[in-house]
Amino acid sequence: MRARQINWGFLTWVALVNTTVAATTQSSVDPAGPQAQHISQLWWVMLYLLTGVFILVMSLLSIGAFRRRSKAAETSGRNVIQTDSLRETKMARVVMGGVVVTTVILFALLVSSFIVGRTIYSIPKEPTVLTIDITGHQWWWDVRYENQVASQIVTTANEIHIPVGRQILFKLNSADVIHSFWVPNLHGKTDLIPGHPAETWLKADRTGVYRGQCAEFCGHQHAHMAFEVVVESEEQFQAWYESQLKSAPAQLTSSQSRGLQLFLSKPCVMCHTIQGTDAGGKVGPDLTHLASRQTIAAGALQNNRTNLSRWILNSQDVKPGNHMPPIPLNSEELNFVLDYLESLK
Amino acid sequence: MTPETATKTDDALHRELEKTWGDKPGIWGSLTSVNHKTIGKRFIVTAFCFFVFAGILAVLMRIQLARPENHFIGADLYNQIFTMHGTTMMFLFAVPIMEAIAVFLVPLIVGTRSIAFPRLNAFGYWIFLFGGIMIFVAFILNVGPDAGWFAYVPLAGPQYAPGKRVDFWAQLITFTEVSALVVATELITTIFKLRAPGMSLNRIPVYVWSILVMAFMVFFAMPTIALASTSLILDRLVSTHFFNPAEGGDPILWQHLFWFFGHPEVYIIFIPATGFVSAIIPTFVRRPIFGYTALVLSLISTAFIGFGLWVHHMFAAGLPKMGQSFFTAATLMIVIPSGVQIFCWIATIWSGRPIFKTPFLFSLGFFFVFIMGGLTGVMLASWPLDLQLHDTYFVVAHFHYVLIGGAVFPLFGALHYWFPKFTGHMLSESLGKVTFWLMFIGFNLAFFPMHILGLIGMPRRVYTFQAMNGWAGLNLLATIGGVVLTLGVLVFIINFFINRKRGELAAENPWGASTLEWATSSPPPSYNFLHIPTVAGRDTLWVQPEDQPVVVGIRSDVRQVLITKMLDAEPEHIDQFPEPTIWPLLAALSATGLFIGSIFNPWAVVWGSIPVTVSLIAWFWPKGRKAEERPPKEVQQNLGEQKLNAQEEAA
Amino acid sequence: MALLPVALTVTSCKREERNFNTPPPNVSEAQTNPSFKNPLEENAYSLSEGKRLFSQYNCNGCHAQGGGGMGPALMDEKWIYGARPEQVFATIVEGRPNGMPSFRDRVPETQVWQLSAYVRSLSGHVPKDAASSRDDHMQGKPPESRTKEQPIKNTSPP
Repeated sequence: MRARQINWGFLTWVALVNTTVAATTQSSVDPAGPQAQHISQLWWVMLYLLTGVFILVMSLLSIGAFRRRSKAAETSGRNVIQTDSLRETKMARVVMGGVVVTTVILFALLVSSFIVGRTIYSIPKEPTVLTIDITGHQWWWDVRYENQVASQIVTTANEIHIPVGRQILFKLNSADVIHSFWVPNLHGKTDLIPGHPAETWLKADRTGVYRGQCAEFCGHQHAHMAFEVVVESEEQFQAWYESQLKSAPAQLTSSQSRGLQLFLSKPCVMCHTIQGTDAGGKVGPDLTHLASRQTIAAGALQNNRTNLSRWILNSQDVKPGNHMPPIPLNSEELNFVLDYLESLK
Repeated sequence: MTPETATKTDDALHRELEKTWGDKPGIWGSLTSVNHKTIGKRFIVTAFCFFVFAGILAVLMRIQLARPENHFIGADLYNQIFTMHGTTMMFLFAVPIMEAIAVFLVPLIVGTRSIAFPRLNAFGYWIFLFGGIMIFVAFILNVGPDAGWFAYVPLAGPQYAPGKRVDFWAQLITFTEVSALVVATELITTIFKLRAPGMSLNRIPVYVWSILVMAFMVFFAMPTIALASTSLILDRLVSTHFFNPAEGGDPILWQHLFWFFGHPEVYIIFIPATGFVSAIIPTFVRRPIFGYTALVLSLISTAFIGFGLWVHHMFAAGLPKMGQSFFTAATLMIVIPSGVQIFCWIATIWSGRPIFKTPFLFSLGFFFVFIMGGLTGVMLASWPLDLQLHDTYFVVAHFHYVLIGGAVFPLFGALHYWFPKFTGHMLSESLGKVTFWLMFIGFNLAFFPMHILGLIGMPRRVYTFQAMNGWAGLNLLATIGGVVLTLGVLVFIINFFINRKRGELAAENPWGASTLEWATSSPPPSYNFLHIPTVAGRDTLWVQPEDQPVVVGIRSDVRQVLITKMLDAEPEHIDQFPEPTIWPLLAALSATGLFIGSIFNPWAVVWGSIPVTVSLIAWFWPKGRKAEERPPKEVQQNLGEQKLNAQEEAA
Repeated sequence: MALLPVALTVTSCKREERNFNTPPPNVSEAQTNPSFKNPLEENAYSLSEGKRLFSQYNCNGCHAQGGGGMGPALMDEKWIYGARPEQVFATIVEGRPNGMPSFRDRVPETQVWQLSAYVRSLSGHVPKDAASSRDDHMQGKPPESRTKEQPIKNTSPP
């Protein structure tokens, strides 16, 4: 009975290993940066060590439970075992030994935690390459690349690009409730607490797209508050940055220009900014380069025409309770608006 | 020593004691009862009902999470459901059921006729019941709390939680915390002052020590959450700024206050469960528990250390790193006393002759599940690792392993073990085994995959998730496991209903156990013991001689109870305990009016305190003591009769 | 005494509703029915949305937090263009002479009703248990849930 249970435990443990190896994006056991790497190593060490402890204790328990198992199911009557003080003393020594071993293991784990903790916070900080301000809102991420020169500041939402191999400083703030900024492939999470601006450093050692998600319950749409960190080469990052600095295209087709007119006369203009137009709303995400993003609605939908129209007509169907109201547009108007939004690369 | 085997004198004594200590008949009798067994049983049943409701909520959650982007339950309702699940389990089930079982058992185990402060005991039950009814009615009326059982501000604050939902949550805290505190008071007093003569502190069963330690922890932890929930209500109702960063408050203050309570809370739940295990194992391996002193010291050190861990819930909140290492160290340190307990239990089993009945199976299940949970706790204790695992399904897996493994499994073992004492009938052993296996398999199937889900990035408290993350398979597995676990609980409920009146009749001591509650009939008469016993050693019933003396000189025609000294239980004096009364119920009702009214208007505190004051005055209105009212001649006669009885007994 | 809290709890249904997709009250029905009541005024979520929108759409720019500035005060007893829910609705949608812009098409109808409900709560005209509590900002005035109901005095424009 016991043996069967242990085997079952092993099987699931093996499944764990296989599943974690298979998972890539949004996984803390597939590290793509030094902090996540150190933490992941600590995880594996602890897993192996503590699994060993578990097996040992369960074996002792099983042997103890089965070796003199009573065949009779009788518990009434005075068949009480008398204890013998010599045996009790011997057992006491074994128990003490167990306690000592436990203490030593715990101390070793304490020391390794301390060391890993110190390591992940003392990864050499280069003269700041990049500082990104993240402001958490219910239920989207405002992203702003700091720069001394105002015209070089990039504002975007829900998608962060960083160059590979550089240590990036993230300054974290919340506009409303507590959120938590978490990219499992790169580092542990940091809470965004109103009144407590926080900082975290992220570094990615390989390119790729890593998904992050809010990790502190923040209301109705906490489940749909994700973001993407796109790690690319230095050249690709610079190219992306340059294109993000540009305002919205001025040359528009007639359909796109109808779309812009609609944008400016419908609820859109109350909340969203499009650089280079009269739309300067600060309530919702900046849409200047909407068409350059992989996802919309904070990672809830892939960015394509169908999803965009679904989102605009009734975002409450996708993210009920989010702060974007349904926008009343007939199908002709919707097409113009979509044409315009698709031009915002 | 039971009514059945009584001599004529015993029979007369039984009738007189029953007349003195029995509840009044009918509904009025139920409402006025101050008998700890009557109250204990209803307390256990009520808390178990809350367990079932919260379990149903969990099944609903699992159905919603069985598939990605499922539309079974919407976002708002899901948030209410997971909040209600956590709140109910933690405040209305876990602590109350541990206290409830103690209310029934502790007076019996320490060898006295009643719990201390019997009317307060009744009040403690009523206020708990009314709080529970309030929150469930609120939930049904769409005003159930939706900010999580931990209600972090600012989400639970006045700006982001409109309406009265969070206010109902905060007041539920008041109800349950008052109930927990009053019951803790009674338990401490009973354990310190009402023990049978000869039951010195080092002869108290480990279970009773666990209740004593739990009760002290309640004293220090509950006021903190009362303070926190009161501050939250004040912020929401009358615009104070405790948690408003713009006016000098701080959201992190809430976290500190809540977790300073919240961490000891889980030990308040776990420590009595270890008491159950320490009671069950010796009985089913037929030897006294190994390492009594070590076990008691472990309980006490767990309690102390448990108050120094709370920041491990806040490792991602940006507190200074050196401080975080301190809390990692403290969290690892508490493993040592738990380890001592585990090794002592294993030593007991190793040197005993185990009998595999249902209570023992649940204890074995406890070892497997709780130890795995404890080891994932060691992982979470390490703050760098916690930065990845915090607020993910890994934590959900961890705490369900320690709470279900560490508390619910021992609880089910305890319910099977003491069921004969509660009801006088035995539960079915085969159904019991089915319960165990369904629960064990279902639980592991439901919660083991969650460890993996947390590692591969699934956060907590999400009403849905997306297919692209690859979490769908494990979530479906967890849902299936949840259903199996529910079936196990259902089998237990069926077992209960079949056997509580029609099951095999239980003898006084069906398990051949060693503690005093097994020295009287199953169920015990209203007065517990025909004669108050005296105690010759630990594991009382296994060591004491046939002719162990009993206490004489206590009247049986009034509610007299023997008070003994704290250290060695030498008789100190005799006290008279109150008769059944309706005032605890009325006081609880008026307090309920005050608490619910103050959700809507601060003036309710003023006007509501009037009926509360009136009922408290009526409650404490001095009544003459029957003993002094009796004319001297009758007193003489009674004393003479009792001396005669004692001489006959000794002969 | 115990019944009162029960009664209060039972009336919570309207106060606690969170409907994200319900159609707004019918405008023409509101304007022709003399006893029209804006159902959102009894709904705590709608009132808190109104408060959020009041700040996010910059009504504060002219009306401060109800104390007025360039625009008239909204928390006193003086109403220039009518205090009834549908009149406040019209004020926001149509705009008014002397500076109130028209927000027709730019603010969806449901949000205008939420704002109308919130504006009326500034002078205490909504049930106190549904009215919004303090914000997590610096306090400029007592919150709407602790605002006494003002009388309604119709005045002419300044």
